[in-house]
Amino acid sequence: MAANDSTTIDRGFLAPTGNGLFGWIFSTDHKRIGLLYMYAVLTFFIVGAALGVTIRLELMAPGETIVSAQTYNALFTLHGVIMVFLFIIPGVPGIFGNLFLPLHLGANDVAFPRLNLLSWWLYIIGACMALGSLFSGGGPPDTGWTFYVPFSVQTTTNVSLAAFAVFVLGFSSILTGLNFITTVHRLRAPGVTWGRVTLFVWSLYATAWVQLLATPILAITVSLVVLERILGAGLFDPSKGGDPIMFQHLFWIYSHPAVYIMVLPGMGIISEIIPAFARKPIFGYWAVAFSSLGIAAAGSLVWGHHMFVSGMSDMAILVFSLLTFIVAIPSAVKVFNWVATLYKGSISLEPPMLYALSFIFLFSLGGLTGLILGSAATDVHVHDTHFVVGHFHYVMFGGTGFAFFGAMHYWFPKIFGRMYNKKIATIAWALMFAGFNILYFSMKILGLRGMPRRYYDYLPEYADLNMIATIGSWILAAGLVLMFVNIIRGSRSGLLAGDNPWGSLTLEWTLSSPPPAENFPDDLVVDRGPYDYDARDYKAQEG
Amino acid sequence: MKEAEHATVQKDYAGAKLGMWLFLYTEILLFGGLFVLYSVYLQRYPREFAAAAADLNIVLGAVNTVILLTGSLLVAISITALRRGSVRLAQWMLWGSVLTGIVFLINKYIEWSAEISHGIYPGSPILDQKENGEIIFFGLYYITLGLHGLHVLIGAVLLAFMAVYVATGSVHRDDFIKLENTGLYWHLVDLVWIFIFPLYYLLL
Ligand code: HEM
Ligand SMILES: [Cu+2]
Repeated sequence: MAANDSTTIDRGFLAPTGNGLFGWIFSTDHKRIGLLYMYAVLTFFIVGAALGVTIRLELMAPGETIVSAQTYNALFTLHGVIMVFLFIIPGVPGIFGNLFLPLHLGANDVAFPRLNLLSWWLYIIGACMALGSLFSGGGPPDTGWTFYVPFSVQTTTNVSLAAFAVFVLGFSSILTGLNFITTVHRLRAPGVTWGRVTLFVWSLYATAWVQLLATPILAITVSLVVLERILGAGLFDPSKGGDPIMFQHLFWIYSHPAVYIMVLPGMGIISEIIPAFARKPIFGYWAVAFSSLGIAAAGSLVWGHHMFVSGMSDMAILVFSLLTFIVAIPSAVKVFNWVATLYKGSISLEPPMLYALSFIFLFSLGGLTGLILGSAATDVHVHDTHFVVGHFHYVMFGGTGFAFFGAMHYWFPKIFGRMYNKKIATIAWALMFAGFNILYFSMKILGLRGMPRRYYDYLPEYADLNMIATIGSWILAAGLVLMFVNIIRGSRSGLLAGDNPWGSLTLEWTLSSPPPAENFPDDLVVDRGPYDYDARDYKAQEG
Repeated sequence: MKEAEHATVQKDYAGAKLGMWLFLYTEILLFGGLFVLYSVYLQRYPREFAAAAADLNIVLGAVNTVILLTGSLLVAISITALRRGSVRLAQWMLWGSVLTGIVFLINKYIEWSAEISHGIYPGSPILDQKENGEIIFFGLYYITLGLHGLHVLIGAVLLAFMAVYVATGSVHRDDFIKLENTGLYWHLVDLVWIFIFPLYYLLL
């Protein structure tokens, strides 16, 4: 096989450089760094998903099923830390941002290629520390990914290392954001005006600002947990005059905006896929672009909705609740614009489009349940129940996760020059979509009926739905396995895909697949927008 | 892949500066978290904060302010000197600013050892017997000034590198963005101190 490869396909930036592995892990080429992120992030995703399925196995039946209570605590902590800090925050910017942001701008690389490589290394170091916290010190952390005090200061497990890992990962995230902002400002090719930048770039740009403005607060917050553990200064300890609620404020000042670090890039992906597969210009380009900034701005002011039951003044609760509802507006703008783009489009249901459509459905369900959590009165009822777990999986996994898989299927032929098996991809998608809803919708109902989260045992009346949810997790896992097998096989031996299999109009598709190492010729001048699809033309061609 | 080509992409001066400004912004936010804690607890324990602040050594704090400001000045002179082509002067000014960083840290060491010898440090039995607000004040004091001290250390190391770069000619009058960005960093360290000094030493 391998021998044939070089004759049948120009391997572009994938072609060996003669430096073997070093040509990769020390490469400053944004495309190689993007692929490095891909391999690392997907590895952690698989680990995290396996942990999730293990949690579900434990919850299959009441009582101790397969693991002890302490192990269960470690499981959901590690699952949360991996999924949040190693998969969903760095995932889309690290992989697809690195691969395609410069290509969408007509640039030859990001503004600071070496800093970019450093970000990847910091990611790997942080990831190793997070995993290392399992096997060293006092054993795996058991605080949940939120590291809430006072427990995180008191527990004897290895919280310090895990928290420091989060610090390092945050640093990596800041550097990526800084790099992307500078790239967007400085490296747009001639003709790429702000109005001709893709919506994916707009979303990464908005994300980068959130990364920059929110992550330092997380950095100082987790550092304070570590310092409290070492020094005992008492900043969060009421017996010394400190206030544990201050921890929650600081934590959520970052972590709520982080939700937008997670979801905005996913929305950007959807804004690429929908016009390409509906053969129509995106409806309301500027509305979609500015709603990203709107979400980023409004989303920075709503952290208090995580603390409705922690003790706040009624006035504060009212304000945070109102602001939370306001974030729904720019989010809804996006959803309506996507749907309007689909209207009378010439829709082709290729695998990326299936993911995009299911994104709209799942994200909407997640967003609507978010409003139930955002209004204080109903939140009191479902706070820290499985309803919350259902809600954020709908947003993060059904939203960003599905957008991520959509991106993988959309850009796959560009990255590897080959195509996966579309039929298998569709079957995998169907399994995931079905399994997903069975799993997480059950969780929402369980939560409404009062089942708390992070409990490893429950009352018998919750048994039926828990069983259903666990079966859903198997279907979902089967879909994931099928998808990964298909992708891996496709990247090795899939059919050659050609330069532009979907007929997309954004700049990366004007390059060969895989793209050449040096991207664009020096005299590139761009003279059109990224979504100038003309539906009539396309139909005429087909007819 | 043409590694060399990527490494020598045309130098984008404005881009490098923009990147540095963004980074400095995140540094300010990092300290911002601590300042938020300070203001919340100040509002809660005004009397205790004032009592605790009275124990701090204003003289050493003031001296350190002057030292840092001097350091900032030296870096600024160094950049101007380099642009005018006086490499020697630029280099000596940089070593001078490194020295201010070192003196600052020595001063800090003296200040802290005095306090620690009085039994005032986080978790100490003497401190823990004081009132809650005072415990919090000193907790914040050690953490904030410790973080700032760490930044002074990093800044001094960077400046030393710059001095070497200027000497070896890899930073020169037509390409001094590294020096300029290091200077910006050093000004930030200064700026943060300008907030710390009144908040901890003077205000109360
Ligand atoms: C195979 C897929 C997955 C399964 C079966 C799964 C299952 C679960 C379960 C059962 C819990 C609840 C634990 C509890 O509260 O007792 C949980 C928590 C969580 N999951 Fe997932 N999950 C999956 C994928 C994901 C993904 C893709 C993300 C992120 C994008 C994610 C993020 C989280 C987070 C942040 C928590 C909270 C952890 C904590 O409470 O500390 N999960 N997951
Ligand atoms: Cu939130």
